[in-house]
Amino acid sequence: MDSAEGPATEKIAGANIEILRRGKGRPVLFLHPHIGLHGSERFIELLAREVQVIAPSHPGFGHSELPKGMSTVDDMSYFYLDLIESLDLRDLVVVGASFGGWIAAEIATKTHERLSRLVLIGAVGAKFGERDKSDLLDIFATPRSRWEELSFRDPSVWLRDYESLPEEELTAMARNREATALFAWNPYMYNPKLRARLHRIRVPALVLWGAHDGFAPITYGRDYCAAIPDAKFEEIAEAGHFPHMEQPEAVARRVIEFGSSRPRRRGDMR
Amino acid sequence: MRIYHFSEQPCPDAWAPEHKSLRVILPSRNCDPRVMAENYHHRLDEWMLADELGLDIMINEHHATATCCCPVAAVPLAILARQTKRARLLTLGYPIANRLDPVRVAEEFAMIDVISRGRLEMGLVRGVPYEVPLSVRSAVGQMDRFWEAHDLIIKAMTSIDGPFDWQGEHFQYRNVNVWPRVYQQPHPPVWITGRSPQNIREIAERGYVLGTFLSGFQTRELFDHYRKACADLGRPAPAPDRFSYLGIVAIAQDRKEAMRRAEVMVGYLRSSGRVAEPFGTPPGYFSVKDAARMIKARGKRTTTTRDGKAVDTHHGAIEDLVKAGIMFVGTPDDVYQQLSEFIDSIGGLGHFLMMGHAGHMTHEEAVDQITLVAKEVLPRLQKPRPATKQAA
Repeated sequence: MDSAEGPATEKIAGANIEILRRGKGRPVLFLHPHIGLHGSERFIELLAREVQVIAPSHPGFGHSELPKGMSTVDDMSYFYLDLIESLDLRDLVVVGASFGGWIAAEIATKTHERLSRLVLIGAVGAKFGERDKSDLLDIFATPRSRWEELSFRDPSVWLRDYESLPEEELTAMARNREATALFAWNPYMYNPKLRARLHRIRVPALVLWGAHDGFAPITYGRDYCAAIPDAKFEEIAEAGHFPHMEQPEAVARRVIEFGSSRPRRRGDMR
Repeated sequence: MRIYHFSEQPCPDAWAPEHKSLRVILPSRNCDPRVMAENYHHRLDEWMLADELGLDIMINEHHATATCCCPVAAVPLAILARQTKRARLLTLGYPIANRLDPVRVAEEFAMIDVISRGRLEMGLVRGVPYEVPLSVRSAVGQMDRFWEAHDLIIKAMTSIDGPFDWQGEHFQYRNVNVWPRVYQQPHPPVWITGRSPQNIREIAERGYVLGTFLSGFQTRELFDHYRKACADLGRPAPAPDRFSYLGIVAIAQDRKEAMRRAEVMVGYLRSSGRVAEPFGTPPGYFSVKDAARMIKARGKRTTTTRDGKAVDTHHGAIEDLVKAGIMFVGTPDDVYQQLSEFIDSIGGLGHFLMMGHAGHMTHEEAVDQITLVAKEVLPRLQKPRPATKQAA
């Protein structure tokens, strides 16, 4: 596939979904963070040198349609079960970053049938800390410049000149922010049910965390990892909350190594 | 023509310049409860005076802010329902899309309506953007939720033959059965604030009172959306009592004193705009198109004078705010003149919502203002005047 080609719109479970497809071979489903696909391009291109990457914009994000009635990440994970079946993906590596990691974890608590590996990059979605304090940085209560500073080791990988952005990009940004509020306003960035379901994740999992994450602290990442039966934790140096954006080479390499480390036979259950 | 006395019940001692945001994040450590008790008593006394002198009463609510220290409109409404004799009791209003429990809203309204022997005016609002960060629910789908809450409140008040269940998209209830039955049948009058043509159309379709705040000479356009909706539905032109407008009044026997009071009151406009960055543009509050525009450039809230000059609502000079129809300042003659010209220019008005106390204004000054408006402005506005220019 021509790497200059943008995402195409595909009909998934009755909704028009924007999907970026790159590369050939073993399928990797990449679930983007709440800030959208912008900034993840380099990571996707690096993965696509070895595997087939399927990177949709989540329903309600980017230019993807929001199906009527969809309002929770639980709903969203069922949508992704439909997507996995309708694209007939098998032996699939699911990679989710931040908000996308929340979706990935919810998918993996619901099925292991077509999944072989799970990679969570700075994933959110579960509650581990005290009840009178959010575990995670509240982007809706923090000025943009401040949460950018806290979320990145080097915010320049993400920053854009908003004034010169085309209408289409501004629309995608506005939709990303609105959809994030729809799915994660309150409880903020988590599903109260998820923590107790994480034990159901039956595939090997790799939990990657930026060493300088000011959005989701590294202790949160370690708690997340400990709640998943077969998971290992690795720090990514010189990265904040979005290591796949700040250290795309290191993260892509870890995903490829982990995804191919122990090929699974169908029906191979631990 | 009715005039409603209104104060936001502020806590102006907390308006120190070092506080960048007077909303959402200002610690309540800045509120001295002894001072606030005095403030509450004075405001209630002023409303009781308004009742005696022939004015009506308006109450609002905001949350987590020093600019309006009334987070529960039902509290002053309940006190005034018992302590006043004749005034209409308007709340404008209840932010029902942010409330978790519309049935509780119906119960509060029903009690206030009965205790006041049928004097409640039931105002429902979407709420300003910076109320959203304090809400359990986000602004996404807020208007859908608003109308479902509205439908449920009206059904709860008008169902008098036993309980019903509500299984809506946003609210689910078992055995809704509101006691007491409301005093005004079938339910107290409904007011709703609106700015967008679509929203005003929905208010017009239901025949409710349209509320507009500080919209100056743009008010004509907002009222015209209502008039057009009525015309489209084949209904007669709406009477002036379907329209209300909120403006700030600084009045005194001499102009110099009125101007001084205006300077005190304008502190309200200067302070109410002080909101920390993320709280002014909560996701979902504005359309995607408007939100995209806001990412590109942060806009100031402006209004225009009658001759089209742009005025910054929060920082404009008093003279400009008077020309813009936001403030009405001067002697009783001046205020009468400014109000009648304004009312003519917007094509008629049934309810003038007067911010008659604001900012650091003292109780004595507020008493003087209420007295002057009740005795020297209202009777003149109630006299038949030459036919106003009606809407096209």
